Amino acid sequence: MSAESLNAVKSLEEIAKKIYEDIDKGRIPSMDIPVRTKNNIVFDIKHGVWKYGKSFGQRSAKKLDGAYMLLRTLYMLDFIKDMIRENKSSTLREMYYISEGWKEGKFHAQDESNSLVEDLEIITRYMREDFKLRPEEDGARVIGNITIDEVNRKGIKKRINCRDDVGDSGYTVPYNVEKEKVSFVDLDADFVLAIETGGMFDRLVENGFDEKERAVLLHLKGQPARSTRRLLKRMNEELNLPVVVFTDGDPWSFRIFASVAYGAIKTAHLSEYLATPTAEFIGVTASDILNYELPTDKLNDRDVEALKAELSDPRFQTDFWISEIKAMLEIKKKAEQQALAKYGLNYVTDTYLPEKLQEMSII
Amino acid sequence: MVLFLNVLGACFSPCGRNVYISMPYVQTMLNENIAEVLAERQKEISVSEFFERNKHVLGFDSPVKSLITAVKEGVDNALDACEEAEILPDLTVEIRKVERNEYLIAIQDNGPGIVKRNIPKVFGQLLYGSRFHAIRQSRGQQGIGISGVVMYSQLTTGRPARILSKTAKKMAANEVFLSIDTKHNRPEVVKEDVVLWDETEHGTRVEVYIKGRLLKGRQSVYEYLRRTAIVNPHARIIYEEEGKKYIFERATDKLPKKTVEIRPHPYGVELGTLLKMLKHSKNRQINAFLMNEFSRVSARVAEDICSAAEIDPKKKPKEISTDEAKKLVNAMKKVKIMAPPSDCLSPIGAHLIKKGLRNVLDEYSPEYYVPPITREPAVYSGNPFQVEVGMVYGGNLPKDQQVEILRFANRVPLLYQQGACAITHAIERVKWKQYGLEQRSGKGIPAGPAIILVHVASTRVPFTSEAKEAVADIPEIIEEIDKGLKECARHLRLHIKKQEKKKKVRDKFEIVQKIIPEIAKKSAEIVGKPVPPIDKTITKIMGVLWVDYESKYAKGAFDAKITVINYMEKKAKFSLYAEIEKEDIASISPEGTPDGRGIRWELKLEPTESFEISLKLRGERGDYSDMELYTDGVNQVHVVGAEPLPGDWTLEKTKIVEVN
Ligand SMILES: Nc1ncnc2c1ncn2[C@@H]1O[C@H](COP(=O)(O)OP(=O)(O)OP(=O)(O)O)[C@@H](O)[C@H]1O
Ligand SMILES: [Mg+2]
Repeated sequence: MSAESLNAVKSLEEIAKKIYEDIDKGRIPSMDIPVRTKNNIVFDIKHGVWKYGKSFGQRSAKKLDGAYMLLRTLYMLDFIKDMIRENKSSTLREMYYISEGWKEGKFHAQDESNSLVEDLEIITRYMREDFKLRPEEDGARVIGNITIDEVNRKGIKKRINCRDDVGDSGYTVPYNVEKEKVSFVDLDADFVLAIETGGMFDRLVENGFDEKERAVLLHLKGQPARSTRRLLKRMNEELNLPVVVFTDGDPWSFRIFASVAYGAIKTAHLSEYLATPTAEFIGVTASDILNYELPTDKLNDRDVEALKAELSDPRFQTDFWISEIKAMLEIKKKAEQQALAKYGLNYVTDTYLPEKLQEMSII
Repeated sequence: MVLFLNVLGACFSPCGRNVYISMPYVQTMLNENIAEVLAERQKEISVSEFFERNKHVLGFDSPVKSLITAVKEGVDNALDACEEAEILPDLTVEIRKVERNEYLIAIQDNGPGIVKRNIPKVFGQLLYGSRFHAIRQSRGQQGIGISGVVMYSQLTTGRPARILSKTAKKMAANEVFLSIDTKHNRPEVVKEDVVLWDETEHGTRVEVYIKGRLLKGRQSVYEYLRRTAIVNPHARIIYEEEGKKYIFERATDKLPKKTVEIRPHPYGVELGTLLKMLKHSKNRQINAFLMNEFSRVSARVAEDICSAAEIDPKKKPKEISTDEAKKLVNAMKKVKIMAPPSDCLSPIGAHLIKKGLRNVLDEYSPEYYVPPITREPAVYSGNPFQVEVGMVYGGNLPKDQQVEILRFANRVPLLYQQGACAITHAIERVKWKQYGLEQRSGKGIPAGPAIILVHVASTRVPFTSEAKEAVADIPEIIEEIDKGLKECARHLRLHIKKQEKKKKVRDKFEIVQKIIPEIAKKSAEIVGKPVPPIDKTITKIMGVLWVDYESKYAKGAFDAKITVINYMEKKAKFSLYAEIEKEDIASISPEGTPDGRGIRWELKLEPTESFEISLKLRGERGDYSDMELYTDGVNQVHVVGAEPLPGDWTLEKTKIVEVN
């Protein structure tokens, strides 16, 4: 058992001890956790990321939901303890299914169990990997002239060049991208372009954009997994590569960017570890929709609500974002990345991206 | 409408008060005295042609609606006839497809029957009816309903109607096949016979063939009959649709109060009517005319009217000119006159509304029937009217949809034009949020698991159009509906509050009974210590004295249980009271002491100690589905499920008896 895991067990036991004592002393058992909403995230100047603030909420057995959560927490603690003792690990999904056997402590949706794991991370300041829990989310894909060593499941270091040693779908990012698993060996590129949709990623690959503009292309796959964000951060910090994010032009894609650059609200306890504060947004912006006369869809009610929420989200309080969000609300339209195909398949790689990258003085 | 008037006017001379003919036209024509000229010209337009053009006026504007209208006219008449003859209605409605888009509709009643010589006129002549002059609450008003159906049947299928009617047990039934001579608005008997008909002692059966479309849903024959059953709990309605049989059992054996006919009230009289009344009056002087032919006109009032109109009270009614009549109408509105009597109205009554709703809505097992409200009679423009409101909540009613609105006018369901109806408008005005229903943007039809019933009864229900589909926005009527709705809504709010409080406590139960023991066990397991005692934690979480009532109903009896648990940190000594009619008690254990309006128990409970009382009670469905429970001698803020003992506990409750 690793020292990290041992310590993790200890701090998990602290939670159980507090609950036990509450009952033993005739109190109502409870547990304090930081409030995990956009109202409780603060800017960490040192790391340049958004993290949870100081407001704590109490999860108490006085309320039905709270009581169930406490019981579930105990079952989860017990389960993690067992796993660490037996040197096993499980995916979050497996644990969710295992919880079926936890009687009153079972979860009704995997969201619930995932979010409880996050709670435990926040309270104990350990990461889910220390609890032997891993996501089943498959990581992103990378194509570009970067060479890495990955320790495979047999414990052997494999050297992979993400341009020459991979097929068209690229190098798949594993769920653990820490140094002991993935290390950088060589690099011949100027920046990372992180792309939201698979369609656009494939377009850039087919057009040879990585070689033409000396870019490392990374497919975010929608809202990026932790490992994807972690890898981006490591490439940015350790290899000094600028990170540029390229998404659809709608409120949900703006949030993808925010989670890459500033940290996601759900995982703000890990922001300093996952967020890349220097990442820049290239588009599609509301201004792009107008300047490039892109084909659009109308914003629906949910889009409008999301945009309005972003106006009060501390992560979006920059002149750039405020003006872009307001512009989008004004034109009431959104556009997909692939709308650029209006001007032909090469337009995005020959015109749009070069133009915008120059504007940003990346190339 | 001019056309309508003249054609019909030409074929029906002693034209009575007809609420569906818009009065401004009448006035204009009378004023300018061109009616005769017009009538002359327009006679050439056949009734059928007129009908073709104006079938929407009578509710035949779509194939779906035509079937409903046909059934409605037959059913309205059947119920009117039974009630007038003081017979508990037994109705059968049958619909059978005979060809593509062609249906046979049969409506049968056990009413008084119709004498043979009248059958042709009733069914084959528009504007023949018994309710023209009657100022009283009835479904039928204009004498056009059923002959309209016969006419429509003839226009769409060409087949004659078959009428079967019998007036007494020993008599044979008359069978008449008839069609309408549309050119002259005259019945044409195709065939008649005398037949044996044993199904009923007396009654009438109407059979017509109609082109139409039979659908299910909110606007369907089934729905029309279902709603009819709600507000006519004294009727038994059997509905056979394409071989399927639905029975709406009667929920009461009590006939509605018979309505009294009243004379017109001066505030409601219009020029056309007044002129006719003046012409036919047997009174020699105008003041006597006013006193005898109007309601609430005393000698004083008659004098006041005459002087306000500057007309000699001794003048002969027949000598009053149109101009003078106009003055009279205006004067009538200026003089202060007592409201018309309201015994011409027959509201359903709170008790029967609840019964009717329960009878039909039981499938939803609603959690709460709000006590229905029957408002006091009120008046608009001299017409007495009365509003009733009922509400049903919870159970299996859909939670995230707009509430269902059941609109009724004189016990007739209104299925169409919901958006144009005063009833809907009144509902939309109420701020439902404060009463516990969802209402986006604070106005409009609320959403939630509820049904709202509104009944407007009047000697003259003001409809927005001749199709009798929506009640017009008369301020006085909206006001009354509003008050009724709010009264019901207040009950609803109380109920919801009570439920919420109960839910909170039920949650706490779940916490202390299911979850805390588990938490104690599991945490002990993890820290490796013995399971800690949980009593103190439990009483801290609950902090209440819990009183709960549960009951099951089966065949005139309730199997019920009262549970009391002391979930407070201290021990509790107090009295518990249950409101029960002594004669309903079959058995109670432990017995308790008879006290005031029910039974009292003296209890002493340690923390977390519980106490159970089982009861067997006689009663009708609903009587003991809930029970009034009271406590005394304990701080009431801690008590859940029982109210503080009321001051009048020892007073015997006065029994409310409805008198005829
Ligand atoms: N089933 C019946 N039993 C006895 N009498 C009936 C029956 N149906 C109709 N009548 C008589 O025939 C008359 C005419 O009926 P009809 O439906 O045409 O007019 P109405 O009911 O008076 O008014 P409305 O046009 O509003 O329906 C009624 O007033 C009633 O006297
Ligand atoms: Mg009728």
